[in-house]
Amino acid sequence: MPVSAIMDTPSPGIAEPASDETEALLALSRSAGAEARQIEFAVPDAYCVTCINAIENGLSRLPQVVSARVNLSQRWVRVVFTPERGSVLDLPRAIRASGYRTHALDPVADNRQDHALHELIRCMAVAGFAAGNIMLFSVSIWSGADAATRDMFHWISALIALPAIAYAGRPFFRSAFAALRVGRTNMDVPISIGVVLATLLSIWETVHSGAHAYFDASTMLLFFLLVGRTFDHLMREKARGAIANLARLTPRGAMRWFPDGTTTYVPVEDVVPGMELLLRAGERVPVDCRVIEGRGDVDLSIVTGESAAVSIGPGASLAAGAINLAAALKVEAERPVSESFLSQMATLMETAEASRTAHRRIADRAAAIYAPAVHAFAIATFLGWGLLAGDWHEALMSAVAVLIITCPCALALAVPIVHAVAAGRLFRNGIMMRDGTALERAAAVTDIAFDKTGTLTLGAVRYDGQVSGDPAMLPIAANLAGHSRHPLAAALLAASPAAPLPADEFHEIPGQGIEALADGVWWRLGSAPFCGGPQAAAGDGTEACLGRDGRVVAVFRFVDAIRPDAASAVATLKAAGKRVEMLSGDGPATVESVAEALAIEQASARLSPEAKLVILKGQAEAGRRVMMVGDGINDAPALRAAHVSMAPSSASDIGRSAADFVFTNGRLASVPFVLDIARRADRLVRENLVLAIGYNTLALPLAVAGHVTPLVAAVAMSTSSVLVVANALRLNLGTNLVQPEEAVPAWRQAEAART
Amino acid sequence: MNGLVILIPAAICLGLLALVTFLWSLKTGQYDDLKGASERILDDEAPIRRVDGK
Repeated sequence: MPVSAIMDTPSPGIAEPASDETEALLALSRSAGAEARQIEFAVPDAYCVTCINAIENGLSRLPQVVSARVNLSQRWVRVVFTPERGSVLDLPRAIRASGYRTHALDPVADNRQDHALHELIRCMAVAGFAAGNIMLFSVSIWSGADAATRDMFHWISALIALPAIAYAGRPFFRSAFAALRVGRTNMDVPISIGVVLATLLSIWETVHSGAHAYFDASTMLLFFLLVGRTFDHLMREKARGAIANLARLTPRGAMRWFPDGTTTYVPVEDVVPGMELLLRAGERVPVDCRVIEGRGDVDLSIVTGESAAVSIGPGASLAAGAINLAAALKVEAERPVSESFLSQMATLMETAEASRTAHRRIADRAAAIYAPAVHAFAIATFLGWGLLAGDWHEALMSAVAVLIITCPCALALAVPIVHAVAAGRLFRNGIMMRDGTALERAAAVTDIAFDKTGTLTLGAVRYDGQVSGDPAMLPIAANLAGHSRHPLAAALLAASPAAPLPADEFHEIPGQGIEALADGVWWRLGSAPFCGGPQAAAGDGTEACLGRDGRVVAVFRFVDAIRPDAASAVATLKAAGKRVEMLSGDGPATVESVAEALAIEQASARLSPEAKLVILKGQAEAGRRVMMVGDGINDAPALRAAHVSMAPSSASDIGRSAADFVFTNGRLASVPFVLDIARRADRLVRENLVLAIGYNTLALPLAVAGHVTPLVAAVAMSTSSVLVVANALRLNLGTNLVQPEEAVPAWRQAEAART
Repeated sequence: MNGLVILIPAAICLGLLALVTFLWSLKTGQYDDLKGASERILDDEAPIRRVDGK
């Protein structure tokens, strides 16, 4: 449901209250100088200079707007405004008036991420500056500068290197220190030890007019590593921003209803049981509640996986997250938000995560073996030279050379660079990856478990044909349907042109159907009892009847449409030797028909969120690595419990935040595509590790023998790094899932072609 | 040797200048929206607006 529909739909029945979302928006804004405030809105459809102009000009015309600036990379617009001169509510309205969907963004999470990235870029700049300048002096030294010049160059190098290393090395030192403090080791430990020891030795050499200083090696090492880390961070940042852009305005508050007919906006945390609330058509249910007045239909597809809309009346209980479809309802809160359905799912998710088999990153596993081995070699070299040759200074030099030559520059780049390239490739194909470990986990997948509603199917009903009656009745039914907002009516209207019906008035009876009087004939469209027929037996799909003067004259059938490429995606997965199964919360009849259409042998119906968890746990204990693909609130715990998980961008907020991958291209072919990329990335990571370790093994004997000079160290380090990066770039080869122009929404393309 | 006394400080100062310029451009948000900047250049009519909106 697009946000605009929520904001713009008038609600029949109960009077429309004055909108009071101002406070919610103001809470998301922050101070920007005297009187001015700043807020960001997502504009996911903006993609060109025309969009920038339309949005910025639309906003700038408002008196309260000080400035508006679209960020096309992140797809949001930052607005600075003065609340005194006009309502904050006009801002999203102005963006929608320009023709773009929008919702306010939560600034807190964004700022923290920005700081981490900016720190990395600053460190990279400083390390790059230091490495470049020191290399100038080093080249002169290697070319044979005389002793006095060499000493001077060493001193100047030290002057540049010391502050640069202290500044640019912080990300590594911090991480290494944190790991050591809890008694563990990671890739940053050997890096930090190598850099610090090389620097200390170089200072000692400089002070004693020695011939070899490694300032260039240590700064260059930091520079290469920071480049890799920044790329890794940038890719994840991009994916995270895109996911944040998808977030809909989840109910942060509710409309409180007072006996005198007035309403006021209350934050969802302040809703207490017994409070009376107004729920307008198109809105999501904020907390678990009970209907006290009004009739209507609710869409539970994202809550329970049930594909058909459910009719409700006074006394019915509603779970948080359901969408109220037809008419405004008066409801009474039953549970506070902390005990509502959504929160119960969040609790289940936490316990599910705790039971997930711990996955150790490949890089950390490599570091756990590599670091002790390297340090043992360095100590052996030091003792060997000291005891055998008796020259402790030469021994120390050789030991530090061992540390520098084996300092895992290529090794530390080997994994993140592959992940960054993979994330970029996936991003261009409309798939967001949350982090690199997800890719490592996806490489080991043996089973794929699909949810039905909204995942294998589109989660929206489609007209499936007439069961009985005269085909000429369809256009008449379509006319009646045109006067209702029920999803079945919308599907009927989309399937057939409407015949003219000389009726003056149309009455919609929420929860039952719509009726009209034309030429003395009462036409009714809705449930079977409403049209004068017997209660329909619970069958396959959903049915609607057309009644004429109290007799059913036609019956129409609707089904939840299967995603166009679901069958081919399932077939591809099976061909790749994966076991495919379906875990659904919907009824057995629908589940079976979908399973049959897609040739999925294993399908379970009517599963509660807990039951899905139990199935996944059982499979994990049997040694299967399951990828869960789902979208609903009820799938969220299963998404978290599975070895790796994926959700479409149309998923519930909680489902999307639980998933490791989110695909925005709407294609189930994304599932085999992700598995293929993961498998290839896994192979490249292993190749890279072999390359990097192999390179070090070749150089190690030279270092132990004491033949490594700073020149050899510099050349070895840069070649191995370049080799690893070049190997990772091979991941970009191969066919893409979507063509680049498809990344732009089709209706935007059409618009661009017109102008 | 005399040449070095002038050349080395000059080289380092130029390098520092480049570093400071980069850090400044980073701080004023010129790398925040690379895609937007490449599109905005196609816009003939709009007045030039500063990145920080002042």
